[in-house]
Amino acid sequence: MGEASRISRYIYTVLILFIIWLFLTSSLDPQELTIGAIFSLVVGALTYEVFTERGLGNLNPKRVLYFIAYIPYFLWAMIMANLDVAYRVLHPKRPINPGIVECKTTLTNNVGKLALANSITLTPGTITLDVKGDRYFIHWIDVKDKSVEGASENITKPFEKFLKVIFE
Amino acid sequence: MSVASIIGQALVLFGTFFYVLSSLGLIRMPDVYNRMQTATKSATLGSLGVIIGTGIWAIGEVGSYSWIPKTLIIAVFLLLTNPIAAHALIRAAYKSGVPLWEGSIVDRYKEAESSLERVEEIKEKLEEPSQEVETNE
Repeated sequence: MGEASRISRYIYTVLILFIIWLFLTSSLDPQELTIGAIFSLVVGALTYEVFTERGLGNLNPKRVLYFIAYIPYFLWAMIMANLDVAYRVLHPKRPINPGIVECKTTLTNNVGKLALANSITLTPGTITLDVKGDRYFIHWIDVKDKSVEGASENITKPFEKFLKVIFE
Repeated sequence: MSVASIIGQALVLFGTFFYVLSSLGLIRMPDVYNRMQTATKSATLGSLGVIIGTGIWAIGEVGSYSWIPKTLIIAVFLLLTNPIAAHALIRAAYKSGVPLWEGSIVDRYKEAESSLERVEEIKEKLEEPSQEVETNE
């Protein structure tokens, strides 16, 4: 997975910035659109080198579809996580069983790893402590399996099948 | 009272409930790491509920749709930055030596760190003789 051309990266950055501008102003007045386009072009020229590596390749329809499918899946996991937290906080005996476990991931892309770490932090009972290469150190509130393979099966597998398509 | 107002109010109530849970978790949990768990998750979902609920409530109350995109982008921003802040805090806590709760079962991170240190020590020992040779020359 090499880097895309500079033009494609630049166009992608400007596109994302302009969409953020549209959301922030929430008006379709031509004056607003013009000034937004000018600012996106300037800011895009300054920041596209750090913003993206793949440029327009990110807008591949398969990736976009998987991303849209990922949103409800992720929100559902998040609500379940909060009900789990509610149970642990309100239960009089405080049923926690914490520890730090190690997981392995098959993702290689840096943005993919970031997305996986964020997803792990917001889903049931786990929080990312550190990432070293392909190893994740995760604080788990209810340790069910101490081994590396078992923990990966429980924690990272459910997200990897989505994130692999989106970011690889 | 329109439907949008009712949905918005329900969402704000839902968010507030998780805010309460999050602060209750701060009191009840035994150590930094477990507190972080409850604080991050509940506060993030609570904020999402309150922020988007406000946007929907505004449709019913003020009749304006321009709140929705703004609240949505604030919600996405929070969703992206909150876990990173939590990660930075918990990692800083571990690095500055805050102990785990005594009930904790397993600490793979410590094992990995100590094994890394051992590898580095061995490397230094291996490099020392070659450096001496260089200085002699």
